[in-house]
Amino acid sequence: MIGGLFIYNHKGEVLISRVYRDDIGRNAVDAFRVNVIHARQQVRSPVTNIARTSFFHVKRSNIWLAAVTKQNVNAAMVFEFLYKMCDVMTAYFGKISEENIKNNFVLIYELLDEILDFGYPQNSETGALKTFITQQGIKGQTKEEQSQITSQVTGQIGWRREGIKYRRNELFLDVLESVNLLMSPQGQVLSAHVSGRVVMKSYLSGMPECKFGMNDKIVIDKQGKGGTTDDAGKSGKQSIAIDDCTFHQCVRLSKFDSERSISFIPPDGEYELMRYRTTKDIILPFRVIPLVREVGRTKLEVKVVIKSNFKPSLLAQKIEVRIPTPLNTSGVQVICMKGKAKYKASENAIVWKIKRMAGMKESQISAEIELLPTNDKKKWARPPISMNFEVPFAPSGLKVRYLKVFESKLNYSDHDVIKWVRYIGRSGIYETRC
Amino acid sequence: MTDSKYFTTTKKGEIFELKAELNSDKKEKKKEAVKKVIASMTVGKDVSALFPDVVNCMQTDNLELKKLVYLYLMNYAKSQPDMAIMAVNTFVKDCEDPNPLIRALAVRTMGCIRVDKITEYLCEPLRKCLKDEDPYVRKTAAVCVAKLHDINAQLVEDQGFLDTLKDLISDSNPMVVANAVAALSEIAESHPNSNLLDLNPQTINKLLTALNECTEWGQIFILDCLANYTPRDDRESQSICERVTPRLSHANSAVVLSAVKVLMKFMEMLPKDLDYYGTLLKKLAPPLVTLLSAEPELQYVALRNINLIVQKRPEILKHEMKVFFVKYNDPIYVKLEKLDIMIRLASQANIAQVLAELKEYATEVDVDFVRKAVRAIGRCAIKVEQSAERCVSTLLDLIQTKVNYVVQEAIVVIKDIFRKYPNKYESVIATLCENLDSLDEPEARAAMIWIVGEYAERIDNADELLESFLEGFHDESTQVQLQLLTAIVKLFLKKPTETQELVQQVLSLATQDSDNPDLRDRGYIYWRLLSTDPVAAKEVVLAEKPLISEETDLIEPTLLDELICHIGTLASVYHKPPSAFVEGSRGVQHKRLPARAGSGESAESPEVGQSGTSEAPPAVIPSQGDLLGDLLNLDLAPATTTVPSVQPSMQMGAMDLLGGGLDSLPGVSHRTEMQSPQPSSDYSERELGGDIGGSPSMGAALGAPAAMPAALSNAPAVGGGLGDLFDLGGGVGMPTGFYVAPKTLFLPAMKAKGLEISGTFARRGGIIQMDLSLTNKAMSVMTDFAIQFNRNSFGLAPAGPLQVLTPLTPNQTIDVSLPLGTTGPVMKMEPLNNLQVAVKNNIDVFYFSCQYPLSLLFVEDGKMERQVFLATWKDIPNDNEAQFQIKDVHLNSDAASNKLQGSNIFTIAKRTVDAQDMLYQSIKLTNGIWVLAEMRVQTGNPNYTLSIKCRAPEVSQFVYQCYELVLKN
Repeated sequence: MIGGLFIYNHKGEVLISRVYRDDIGRNAVDAFRVNVIHARQQVRSPVTNIARTSFFHVKRSNIWLAAVTKQNVNAAMVFEFLYKMCDVMTAYFGKISEENIKNNFVLIYELLDEILDFGYPQNSETGALKTFITQQGIKGQTKEEQSQITSQVTGQIGWRREGIKYRRNELFLDVLESVNLLMSPQGQVLSAHVSGRVVMKSYLSGMPECKFGMNDKIVIDKQGKGGTTDDAGKSGKQSIAIDDCTFHQCVRLSKFDSERSISFIPPDGEYELMRYRTTKDIILPFRVIPLVREVGRTKLEVKVVIKSNFKPSLLAQKIEVRIPTPLNTSGVQVICMKGKAKYKASENAIVWKIKRMAGMKESQISAEIELLPTNDKKKWARPPISMNFEVPFAPSGLKVRYLKVFESKLNYSDHDVIKWVRYIGRSGIYETRC
Repeated sequence: MTDSKYFTTTKKGEIFELKAELNSDKKEKKKEAVKKVIASMTVGKDVSALFPDVVNCMQTDNLELKKLVYLYLMNYAKSQPDMAIMAVNTFVKDCEDPNPLIRALAVRTMGCIRVDKITEYLCEPLRKCLKDEDPYVRKTAAVCVAKLHDINAQLVEDQGFLDTLKDLISDSNPMVVANAVAALSEIAESHPNSNLLDLNPQTINKLLTALNECTEWGQIFILDCLANYTPRDDRESQSICERVTPRLSHANSAVVLSAVKVLMKFMEMLPKDLDYYGTLLKKLAPPLVTLLSAEPELQYVALRNINLIVQKRPEILKHEMKVFFVKYNDPIYVKLEKLDIMIRLASQANIAQVLAELKEYATEVDVDFVRKAVRAIGRCAIKVEQSAERCVSTLLDLIQTKVNYVVQEAIVVIKDIFRKYPNKYESVIATLCENLDSLDEPEARAAMIWIVGEYAERIDNADELLESFLEGFHDESTQVQLQLLTAIVKLFLKKPTETQELVQQVLSLATQDSDNPDLRDRGYIYWRLLSTDPVAAKEVVLAEKPLISEETDLIEPTLLDELICHIGTLASVYHKPPSAFVEGSRGVQHKRLPARAGSGESAESPEVGQSGTSEAPPAVIPSQGDLLGDLLNLDLAPATTTVPSVQPSMQMGAMDLLGGGLDSLPGVSHRTEMQSPQPSSDYSERELGGDIGGSPSMGAALGAPAAMPAALSNAPAVGGGLGDLFDLGGGVGMPTGFYVAPKTLFLPAMKAKGLEISGTFARRGGIIQMDLSLTNKAMSVMTDFAIQFNRNSFGLAPAGPLQVLTPLTPNQTIDVSLPLGTTGPVMKMEPLNNLQVAVKNNIDVFYFSCQYPLSLLFVEDGKMERQVFLATWKDIPNDNEAQFQIKDVHLNSDAASNKLQGSNIFTIAKRTVDAQDMLYQSIKLTNGIWVLAEMRVQTGNPNYTLSIKCRAPEVSQFVYQCYELVLKN
């Protein structure tokens, strides 16, 4: 299991060092600094083995978190734990920075003592941790409160405490999708997928039992068989095929496996209910058509057309097209129909920004790039043209059908809960080769 | 309020000041002081001098302060053991505190203080906490048992904590169960033979129930533990799989990977024609793909694992090629791994897409990545024959870019393509020659020289080209020197008239001016060959070479199976068995995949293995039809029987060498590389294997006699002088202590249409081998040999094809070593050690049966611990004891014990009573059965008394025979 956990700043100075196992000595702290942080080269692997000791590291801004072990540990678990550790720290004191870590080092030690015992990760849900790891001390608690804490930390519903009350029961659902595309210069889709998340913010009293439904093809087809044919025909078109999905630990997986129904008791506040991935029938919000022509050795002509491909009534926002330029560019002239375009020498790219664009429209940019003659034999790698945008719909076609809330012990029903649903589609890695 | 100020006090006399502050009356000041101490400790300052003062602050009701003091204690208690005792009282008191959080904190901290005196005091509080009413305390106590075990294992056993821990598996709280499982798994790892984690269907059921309820981390502990279980049959296996599959949708990647591990392992037991088997395969793909959208570090872990899964079961991800396409922003470690998997998934169906991608990558910036992409194009050419032409033209395009490292890499892979498709793409040689001057890396130079030598007759100025290399001969790396030597000899044999001077020059450079033994020896061998018999030299050096196989970079199957059992862990990331990077005994047991249904009775526990099979009817050799069918199957497999290739035997050699104890040496971490040579790095070695019958690879062959006959048979034309060399090798190559009986006749020529087979069995460096001599006493040539075993008592089965590489001409005898595995189907035979064999050749199928010494199955790690021995001896009912007399042995007890050890019969203890030596010995069989023996040796009496105890008494008789054999020879 994890033998020790160290946090370093960008210079390699130790900010936090907690050793859990006897086989990890102080020299491990230095070994990582010398071999990884101070090594001049790029990181070639997130797992490093130095003298039979394995180091797992992740970096957050310029802070290094490293877990150390001498055993054959579950590597996936160690990384998951490091991410979790970052989440917990962020939930307690905001951004992970040198200053914040130094300011909260006592708290961090306390957390490390709690969430990792002898190198075995323990309950690390912030909701539960916050009930008993505070910087105020816990001496004022009654016996009932104490046992409530312990039963929550160890219990089956470790992510939610009992006795939550809201005057207004409300919940927000955000369907956040990032659409990824790799297209050939000829407009052939090389790969495309949507990775989506359903993020829920719940402000509900008691221990509500929730059920979430969406236009999942498997569910709808199943219902279609037994239900009215008319309805099935209609919804059948709109359903989507989900390649795979994963859920927050509150969701009963065995129930999903057997009935494909998503039921759970949600944590309080914001959390990620599910992640999913689709690859079929994706609505690609934009199409990029590049044309690059080399005119002699010292000039390039670039023309890029973008076409929006969604309902004209919808508006895409924050559109940005990034056209890479060769390293030996000496000057650029740009003409664009819409928005603003600028050559950014430091980034070796022409950045074209458009604030808003409605569906089924088209826009164009053309540029002339002057090149310095070089002896460099190495050809320009022609990185792909990338794009960023935000659209108010889900490119996968996912629709929330319902989210039902049941709380038998308290006197509010599904109808009393105010529900909000929002769809946002963003570009992930949206690239077209040129 | 910021705490960062504590980091900045670096005045002189700081310790003194802190001391004063720690003893202050004001609580706030005390706390401040302790914080400063912890901050100093973190940055590595020695603040152990403050020990008494800090411990004094322990008695407090401020929990935050208490935790800080505990943190200090954990760090320094070991250096101040006497003073640490001061803390004991507080711990004991805290363990009685009404607040469960404080009780747990105390027990958690106490376990981290590694001071013997303190551990004694820990026992009572721990016992109470293990039965605490509060689950939070119990889950902490469960882990504490593991901590204590790490400090003092004996104490934990004596105090009975292990039993209490086992009881916690039935606890009502899922988190307690999970932690108990984690603790037990860890303890069990350091006691490989104990039945600590007594996994049976009842406990498995409990674990599966807890799996649905506990935290994500707990699920990981439980799944990792489940993976160690071997279900009784395919039905149990299926029902566990069904209950584990929902975990594939968990958001935590580690839960997903651990579930994949359980499924991959248990799937082995399911019959392939089962519907569920197909369903399960389909269910595995999506979660694996989803792992690729995790954070890059996890993607890396996932990709390393997918690499294994793709090798084990290519069908799972064969349609998912696209997701492994490299993204521009992927970190380099993700890019390199994706590339590897792309090549593994490349097939005729998707090759066009893959090639287009690879060409794209070859223009990227990162040098390593570009090189790998170029290499990948070459691998595609070798793997998918239809694409070879396109690959070659892509490579030529890349050479035109003149980017130095691209050109060099391209030349290296083109050489491999030539070796796969000889005489097909020589038209490109001219282009390659143009780039001769730009090559500065040894590998590329060597590759180019090889090409020039191989196709010397078609390159007009081959002599000039090679001569130009010769000028700086001594500055070249060994690889290039060796290649140059071979190439010039080839050239000479092809164009003897013009190149006599050149060849003399290179031979004298190699033999007289070089101090490299490999180079010198190869030089001499060529020299002698050329001077004795140029015609033979031509036959040897210019012999037709084996084609390189497409999958040379695959992980060796037994290692792959072991790594599959370690999915998700570091072993799967490094692609090395845990023993390669973990110190000590922990977790070093080799894991194995369970056997498929039907042979499931090969079994872990001896009881099942024996009683299960004893009812089976005595085996008869199945009707000819059945066996023929089986043999035909054998032919369908991509066996190397028809393609003459030295490579498998070389690999055997490498394995043998490694098996021979090298594992235990620190720093041998290149196991994987050695066993799976890359196509381009090992060509010179193999090349020579083909050229001169393997003699320069003597280094590898010395420890591996198995490789010798195969290598020999590959160069039948080599006679005379070289013969001595082989004899020499054979003589040195028998270092193991295992007694090998002389070969006996298994199959007379009369019964087998002129094929005579004699043989014996041996165990060398942990590998079981069947040494066979095949003699052709008929008039016609025999080819296409294959071998198969009938089911037998211990699941012996050939681990590789029968390496008869050349046709067996009349009156010729070939010696072959067949490696055997013990994972074949099991059926009890009468007698127990009977083996029924079928050998096929181009004439017919022949059957014979033979008996092997049981010592073949005695494994190297058969040494039991003393206590375990005692307990086991008592545990086995007296009815199972058998007594034998070994007569006429003229050895004293030590010599006997040494001799037996050579055959993996280990003496654990020796007792001398009244001039009578009692030796206590243990043996472990490949199927996990333990045999215990007591041997009484009276000084001066040549007759020994042997008592054997075993849970499976049937084997005693045969164990006795082994004793006889070993002691008398």
